[in-house]
Amino acid sequence: MTIVLTLLEAIFILLSIVIAAATLTWVERRLLGFWQDRLGPNRVGWEGTLQIVADMVKIFFKQDWTPPFADKIIFTIAPAIVMATVLMGFAVIPFTTHFGIDLNLNIGLLFFLGMTSLSVYGVVLAGWASNSKFSLLGGMRAAAQMISYEVFMGLAVTGVVMLTGSFNLTDIVQAQTHLWFVVPQFLGFVLFLIAGIAEAHRLPFDLPEGENELGAGFHTEYSSMKFGMFFVGEYAGIILISMMTVVLYFGGWNGPIFPPVVWFLFKSTGFIIFFILLRAALPRPRYDQLMAYGWKLMLPLSLLNLAVTGAAMLAWS
Amino acid sequence: MYIYSALRTCWLTFLHLFHRTVTVQYPEQKPYLSPRYRGRIILTRDPDGEERCVSCHLCAAVCPVDCIDLQKTCKPDDWSPEYFRINFSRCIFCGFCEEACPTSAIQLIPDFEMSEYSRQNLVYEKENLLISGTGKVPDYNFYRVSGVRATNTNAEPVSPHRLLP
Repeated sequence: MTIVLTLLEAIFILLSIVIAAATLTWVERRLLGFWQDRLGPNRVGWEGTLQIVADMVKIFFKQDWTPPFADKIIFTIAPAIVMATVLMGFAVIPFTTHFGIDLNLNIGLLFFLGMTSLSVYGVVLAGWASNSKFSLLGGMRAAAQMISYEVFMGLAVTGVVMLTGSFNLTDIVQAQTHLWFVVPQFLGFVLFLIAGIAEAHRLPFDLPEGENELGAGFHTEYSSMKFGMFFVGEYAGIILISMMTVVLYFGGWNGPIFPPVVWFLFKSTGFIIFFILLRAALPRPRYDQLMAYGWKLMLPLSLLNLAVTGAAMLAWS
Repeated sequence: MYIYSALRTCWLTFLHLFHRTVTVQYPEQKPYLSPRYRGRIILTRDPDGEERCVSCHLCAAVCPVDCIDLQKTCKPDDWSPEYFRINFSRCIFCGFCEEACPTSAIQLIPDFEMSEYSRQNLVYEKENLLISGTGKVPDYNFYRVSGVRATNTNAEPVSPHRLLP
């Protein structure tokens, strides 16, 4: 019985995530419009709310074309990997104390890190299987970028793990009942957020796509719903990173008056909007700059954060 | 420094949420078009209600995309064109025809809503182009100032020598 309930809960959560990710495509266009003194898509439905329906209909009925020079099997699997790994990441997110797919996984944080790492495969294989120069360059960039930013993402998160003494995300949220970790772990939070942006390959770190130099990067050769899965996967990635930031540094569901799930979704929405704001505001760095930030600035800073946290914990105890 | 400038950019961009949008929501909200806007081409009539066009072919000659085609009638004392055809799928709305026209017959008006489902429908014939008014030049009558007696008037033709400055 519990299995059935958990299964239903999981299906509900994952469906909501996919729908939310699709809605996010519209939200992003609307917000970008407002930030550029435009209106954005406001034609379909009330203020454009049905735009996603139109987009979905369009993307499903497009010709699903696999290039003859592509590696067919891997070409087809790659978008599924991206989508699946991102959705797997949601398995460990604790929405509230009782609501979530696997609340008490004792390696929750490691599972999340593992899933974000695995999503690299989707991107790299897409770039490789497309058998096209632009795709391959995009895939290479994705691999280098995500691996280097993963390094200090893990290190930045370690500060939280040290303070909590657990990889269990529910424990991490419960440890923030009185003080959100963003205060003692501010540097860690900034590093995690930057790494998260790079993991979700969002602007300003969207070099794997890099429209103006690589066509569309790793998904240049993709069309129809295969492209749609990359797209939805990317937006689901944004939601995942935002929710993870809230869980790790902004007290998860903790908050006064309103029910916990409202607080959780409210905080997550704030970060999602911040992600979109970054896209509206910041230009893309050069590729070597991106690598230099990662290895020469962020990595030492995260090591410093780790050392200071450890020293402070020793001094306190 | 980069951090500061990045954060400042983010903040300034965020403030644009409260700015007025510049979008003109076209079908509901029409943009203002000045009277001299170069849109759809029309053929006008003189104040007497006669066709102004004298089939001089200057508009067709000056047209950079060759979208104007016309032919004079064979009837004596009638200079009006037998057919006058403008292919608006070629027209670039440069207004050269209007500048070239010696009788102010051909004019561009502030109207650009000419979309058609079939490209053939963009070829306008004389009956589509001709309007019953004088357009932008209300008082001008070519036949009164050119020394040519207009077909249906008894007025004495103006001597071209006295018109010279």
